[in-house]
Parts: sequence; structure tokens; C-alpha cells
Amino acid sequence: MDKVYIAGIGQTAVGEHWNRSLANLSAQAVLAAIHEAGDPQVDALYVGNLLAASASQQANLGSLIASNAGLIGVETFTAEAGEASGAAALRMGYLAVRSGYARTVLVVGVEKTTDMVGSGIDSVIAESTDYDFEAMQGLTPAALAGLLMARYMRQYDVPPDGLSALPMLAHAHAVYNPNAMYRRAISIDTYNKAAMVSDPLNMFDAAPYADGAAAVLLTSDAEIAHMSGKALVEVRASAGAVDTLALHDRPDALIFSAVTASTQKALALAGMVLQDMDIYEVWDAFSIYGVLSVEANGLAARGNGWRWIADNKDMALVTMGGNKARGFPLGAAGVYQVVETAIQLRGEAGENQVEGACNALIQAMGGPASNVITHILSRIE
Amino acid sequence: MEIPRHWRLQKQRYSLMGEECPHCSAKIFPPRDVCPECGGEAKEPYRLSGRGSVYSYTTMHSAPSDFEESLPYTIALVKLEEGPTVTAQLTDLGEREVEIGMPVEMVTRRIKEDEGKHGMLVYGYKFRPVMGSVR
Repeated sequence: MDKVYIAGIGQTAVGEHWNRSLANLSAQAVLAAIHEAGDPQVDALYVGNLLAASASQQANLGSLIASNAGLIGVETFTAEAGEASGAAALRMGYLAVRSGYARTVLVVGVEKTTDMVGSGIDSVIAESTDYDFEAMQGLTPAALAGLLMARYMRQYDVPPDGLSALPMLAHAHAVYNPNAMYRRAISIDTYNKAAMVSDPLNMFDAAPYADGAAAVLLTSDAEIAHMSGKALVEVRASAGAVDTLALHDRPDALIFSAVTASTQKALALAGMVLQDMDIYEVWDAFSIYGVLSVEANGLAARGNGWRWIADNKDMALVTMGGNKARGFPLGAAGVYQVVETAIQLRGEAGENQVEGACNALIQAMGGPASNVITHILSRIE
Repeated sequence: MEIPRHWRLQKQRYSLMGEECPHCSAKIFPPRDVCPECGGEAKEPYRLSGRGSVYSYTTMHSAPSDFEESLPYTIALVKLEEGPTVTAQLTDLGEREVEIGMPVEMVTRRIKEDEGKHGMLVYGYKFRPVMGSVR
């Protein structure tokens, strides 16, 4: 099978882009990725997106984005896996190149949350839960996280600010990410005074929804892969696993079993162990998801994930601000993760550079680990 | 408008109609095509008692558009005595503080008004503290 290299990357700043459309945002990211690789011929464009059909009344995004960006003739469609849609599109691109079916593929994640104003957007985002039996009761993704956090804190006797470490780390890293939405560090005081979203989940436990687009150009062609003149990054493994869509259908809600399965599949494919990773881009849509992921990945015992995150010196987490502080463009977030990790492995992360970073595991989640997609990236010397 | 969906779900909404697996006797709610316990095909209707206890709960401070009038409201995962867990709002709380483990029972209440004022009223299950239960 062919190796899959990252030949080019691109991203827009994450935030509220009132004057730019789905197509505009995508074009900026896509064109940056193609230009970096010396404008090679592209065989396919895979799109990761969650909301466009509901929030922007726009389907068939692949054609929209390709026609606007001058990519007439390519194969294209959208991959949807809830908030992990970007990672699903990346996996699609990986499979196409790895199989030899395509030589060079563009993957773009794009999200536009500001085509709607007010509480309408919360209704649309809630469509990623089980609509008949969760959303219909007035539940949102934040409510799911609040339910998990309340149970976790009670079951393991966690202090009120016990989950503050991950959001604080994310904010500290976003200071040095020029594309991040919130480029300021937060103190424990700020965390403790934050308004509640869904008790005990406060504003800093929840990643802020935002607009943005990120793109990667994947290729099996070594010549194209070297065009950028940057250190070479290979996508070593790609894997996915699901759990029930609805949280209430699980025998133990505090066990993220799809995280375990997805990680183990990816590690087996790469022939590696988690301890080989210098960077672990843990999914922090909500701080409790990060904690439960760490536990599902065996880095901490059940009930101890929050302590592990606070004390961790083993691997770098949310190195460019994570979903919390970079901002959370839902179906684009999985592609932001790979762009940011490529910057790290190229050694170009500036103040946030993880010294000697060679291997990274990135994980994206649709819902509360209802759909978990994992990729492993390595720097090739 | 979602009239076909509301019609389709009425047995679940009004009477917690789930299923009993004909192969392993597991009680299932919401109903589904394959039993999560044994993997057999599930299709025998079974009405859940509506009695259970709070596994976890959260109070919402912002809400989707159809639910804004209900703010703030409390959503719980209710573990039913037959085994399944259901996601639902808690109601009739009065001054009472919710606690994990609190016994609750199903009641029928207005869930929301479809598409805001003058929309269709949607009724369904909520859960209230069991009458006379002591903390």
C-alpha cells in the first residue's frame, strides 16, 4: 500500500466570520494547502462538515467548494460523523491515497455557525444527538456533558474546580496560536467565577462554537510531498469506532469505550504504543470529555483522569489551544487538529513547539464518544 | 412541522412503550430493532413502569429555540427499575433539591411548542419526585 504524506496545509483564523461564506472560508484553506505543495493536480476533494444543510440551507458542499476554488473535474463529497466530520473526511482522504486509488487528495473541514443568529443555532447543533429521544427533551451537547460531569464529580468526589486543568492549558497555548479565537491565558479564579452553562459545566468547560476552515493536501508522491521544503510528515494510521448514539443507551455512561477501541486500532495499525507519542491531541469539546478520554486510553485509572491531566509531563496536550481556546468549528475541528499537529511535527510551532516532537496521536469525537476517529502522524527524517 | 414524527413516537411519549426481547427477556427502551443485550431481533411491545431513580442531572441555562420558554429546566438520566435509562426533564420539583439517587416517576407534561408561539403543542414524558418519598 502507498504511504500517505502531508504535502500542504492551510487554515483560516477561527472566529465569527460574518462577511465570509462556507465557500469563501473553504477557498482560503484549500488554496493555501495546494499552493504550499506547488499546485499539483488534485484527484479528489473530501469535505468534513456538520451544519451546512441545516444552518446555511446548503447541501452538496463538495460541488460548492470545488467550483468556487477552481477545482472542476475532481471527485468530491461530504463526510459526516457529527463533530468528528473533519476527521472522517481526513480518513476518507487517507483511504483514497493509501489504497492507490488517488495520488493527491484535498481534505477540507469547514463550519459556518454564524449563518444563523440566536438560539436557532443551538437547535441545529442538538441535531447531532439522538433527535427522537435526546434533543426532543430539550437536551443539547452541553447538557450531555453536564450530565456526565455531574455524575463523574459525585462518583469520584472531585472538587468543584477539579476539571480546570485542561481548559487552562488550552488557553495558555492559544496565546501563541495566531489563528486561535481566544488568545489569552485564564486563571483558576476566572474559571471558578465563570457562568454556568449546564451545571456543573461552566463556560470554560465548553468549547465555543465558531466559524473556520482548515485543509490538508495528502499525497503518495514523494516529489509532491517535498515541494513545500518543510520537514516531511506522514499519516501513519487512521481508525474509527462507534458507541451508542444516545448516552442513555450505555451500560456505564462514564466509560468511553469507543475511545479505547479507536485508539487501539490506530496504534495496532502503526505498530506503536501510546507511550511513543510526544503529542496527544485529546478531544476537548468539553473538559469532561478530555478526562474520560484519558481514562479510556489507560493513561489514568477511572476517577483519576482529572488528576493525570493536572500532573501530566508524559505527553503534550492541546498544543495549539484545542477546541476550547482555538475555538470549535465543529465539523472542521478534526482537520484543524491535523493542520496544527503537522505544524508541530514540522518544528514550526514557535512558542508552543514541543521539543523533538516525532509522533502524535489525534482524536476527534462525534457526541460523547459516540463516534471516535483517530489518526497517528509521524515526522519522517 | 414534524407531525409524522410526533405521531410515530406517541406510544413512547405517552406511555413509555418499549420492548421485551423474546430471546433474553431484557427490557428495552427506547425500542430498537436489535436487542442490545443479546443481539437477537427485538419486537415484542412492553410497557415500562415509569419508576426509577436519578442517575445524573443538569440544569440548563441556555436552550434551543423551542425550549427557551422553559428555562431554566433540569434534565436527568433516569435509571428505570426494569433496567433501561431514559433522558427526560424533571418536573414538579417545587423547592426540592434534586439529588443523584432520588426516586422519580413518569408523568405526562407539555414538552414544547413546535416552532414557537401558536405552534403545535408537543406532550410527552417527564419525571417527578415520587410522592411521599423521603430524602
